[in-house]
Amino acid sequence: MMHILLSRWRQGFRTLPYPKAMPSLPDRFRGLPKIQAEKCPTGCRVCADVCPTEAIHIDGMGPHVNLGRCLFCPDCVEACPEGAIEYTRDHRLAASTFEELIVTPGEEYRRAEAMGAELKRVLSRSLKLRVVSAGGCNGCEVDVNVLGTLSWDLGRFGIQFVASPRHADGLLVTGPVTRNMELALRKTYDAVPHPKVVIAVGACAIQGGPYFRQEEQLGGAASVVPVDLYIPGCPPHPLTILDGLLRFLGKLGAEGKRT
Amino acid sequence: MSDPAMRVIQNGQALALRDVPELSSAAFRDAILAGTRGGARLVCLCAAPDLRLFAVLADDAEKRLRVAWTRLEAPRYPALTPDCPQAHLFEREIAEQFGIIPEGHPWFKPVRFHQPWSALPSPWGRDAASPPGVTDFFKVSGEEVHEVAVGPVHAGVIEPGHFRFQCHGETVFHLETALGFQHRGIERALVGGPHPLSLKQAETACGDSSIAHAWAYCRLLEGLAGVSVPARTERVRGVALELERAANHVGDLGALSGDAGFLPTASFCGRIRGDWLNLSAEGCGSRLGRDWLKPGGLRQDLGPVMATRLLPRLNQAWADTRDAVELLWGAASVMIRFEVAGRLDATQVRELGMVGVPARACGVALDVRKDHPFGPYREHPVPISVAESGNVHSRAWVRWLELATSHRYLAQALAALAESDPDPRPEPLPPLAADSLCVSMTEGWRGEVLHLALTDGAGRFARYKIVDPSFHNWYGLALALRGEQVSDFPLCNKSFNLSYCGHDL
Repeated sequence: MMHILLSRWRQGFRTLPYPKAMPSLPDRFRGLPKIQAEKCPTGCRVCADVCPTEAIHIDGMGPHVNLGRCLFCPDCVEACPEGAIEYTRDHRLAASTFEELIVTPGEEYRRAEAMGAELKRVLSRSLKLRVVSAGGCNGCEVDVNVLGTLSWDLGRFGIQFVASPRHADGLLVTGPVTRNMELALRKTYDAVPHPKVVIAVGACAIQGGPYFRQEEQLGGAASVVPVDLYIPGCPPHPLTILDGLLRFLGKLGAEGKRT
Repeated sequence: MSDPAMRVIQNGQALALRDVPELSSAAFRDAILAGTRGGARLVCLCAAPDLRLFAVLADDAEKRLRVAWTRLEAPRYPALTPDCPQAHLFEREIAEQFGIIPEGHPWFKPVRFHQPWSALPSPWGRDAASPPGVTDFFKVSGEEVHEVAVGPVHAGVIEPGHFRFQCHGETVFHLETALGFQHRGIERALVGGPHPLSLKQAETACGDSSIAHAWAYCRLLEGLAGVSVPARTERVRGVALELERAANHVGDLGALSGDAGFLPTASFCGRIRGDWLNLSAEGCGSRLGRDWLKPGGLRQDLGPVMATRLLPRLNQAWADTRDAVELLWGAASVMIRFEVAGRLDATQVRELGMVGVPARACGVALDVRKDHPFGPYREHPVPISVAESGNVHSRAWVRWLELATSHRYLAQALAALAESDPDPRPEPLPPLAADSLCVSMTEGWRGEVLHLALTDGAGRFARYKIVDPSFHNWYGLALALRGEQVSDFPLCNKSFNLSYCGHDL
């Protein structure tokens, strides 16, 4: 018993002060892409051509990056001859719709909005989620799981992962939804009582991720169930996931801190 | 021991296909059976289009691999499994992927529940509308016998899989697993590659073992392109792999502690695992080691400044880990659970061809870093950790020993990296050798990761085979649970902590 108490003393209090203060992110963290279209030479398509998931679309305004497809790899940044595209360390990536997942040069990224007033009244103080892993690589699962550790202590925000869809207010889906998980995802969704929400975490669950061309998968959660919140990344950093969840609950201001 | 019928190669060595011996079907079978009877392991058995079968045996003591192939005349052959249980899942996989039937297979079922890739029909008469997981299961009948079915969707934040327990009261007679729910078609996606997405797909073959799989993929390409990697770069790759091992072992020890109801270690380790993952994130920006390696070298190097900065954080993570995990070994309530649950023995391990932590926990000292050394482990060998009892305790203990080894390796490597300048950025690889075969193995935190590629006349992948350690080990979990209580399943399961996506590909 003494050993346990001594360890407890040595290990200290380690829950992160977020969202009052920001946890430190690694120097090489790749967050929201920043596009400086004015640097783009006319007709240049290098970034779009090297992107392995076809996440970059170029029009008269310059390159647009679809965060729903982006794997946050350095391919476009390394390939761009002008340094027109770079990753910032902004972790706030969650969006409410497919359209809002697109980063447009010169425009503010439209982050996820809080759920509607009626949902908020029912769910915002206690959100219970059932996790369905539907063909992912266990990467998103790892960083979702981390939120339950004492570092993040998800419970203090009233959010909890529960063991049955009957106990849940919604689903958190990872993976591109393989054909073999389609039925299980549908049945789990049906088993959640109304009103319910669906949160798609990671590039796979948004639009298929590195498997978007494979016919063994369906191209993300929205192909099977209606999705209310998209959290990009491959996998998203735990802070990005938590930011998305809190934003959805209307508990964060624009700066990513508590309102 | 040596079999002239098969060709000897080293881990990571490419070989022209014309130099891989083509055997008659009978000689192919004899070579595999003689090899495995002589102590070799069947590390890969796979089919390729045109009814070809390829086998890779590992002679671990001699640090070498042996390969051979055969061309079947018809899509059926006498199953190896009755004489060589190591082949059991490989043969089911061959049947599912190519419609080739191993006749006389004792438990012939789908592996991942997908349609054959060839024009041949599904051996089970399955079509695109057949639901996954629906197949025969072992059944026990009699009074007070009952069946417990779990999954595919599980109660926690866990990948999907279906478990069937045949129980008598609380006692489990047998556990059967039906997987394939994570099947997203990686091997098929890699055919025709390397594509721009191939490295990403290798990294996500099993996303908690990104480095182990990415490194196996990189070495395969380097072997086929005839490129060698500078020693310092190899050292950085070693740092990436050992950080991955440490993070996952810490997580597993914490989870095991939680499943035994001992919360201090469980809580501490949940947090400390993050500290290890964050060291990887310093190296490459991703906690899971994404975009760290690339064929020919590294995508992101670890320079002297960063190495100097990481060293104290490494030592702090290790000090916290020791403090948290040492509590475990002193907790009688934990030890009693660990010691009675989930026993396997070395004979079962050898017969099933098991690898990694569960094998070493039965005293079977297999480790690719020692047996088929690659990268930095050739010049900087690591001691291999074993335990003898084959139970949950042994599997936990092996992880603990390996944590200490990884820390020592990391401390030495970071100190060395702090003293040396980064290698120049790697050049793009030259074209891959045409009509060749290469086998590349690494030792991930779960065990042996194997990638095999055959190239076509243009140097593109004609066949890409991935064998995750979990593929060898799932059946071991089933055996470990025999005679145990249903309530001990979480503890036994966690002590293996096998991958669903690595199995399902």
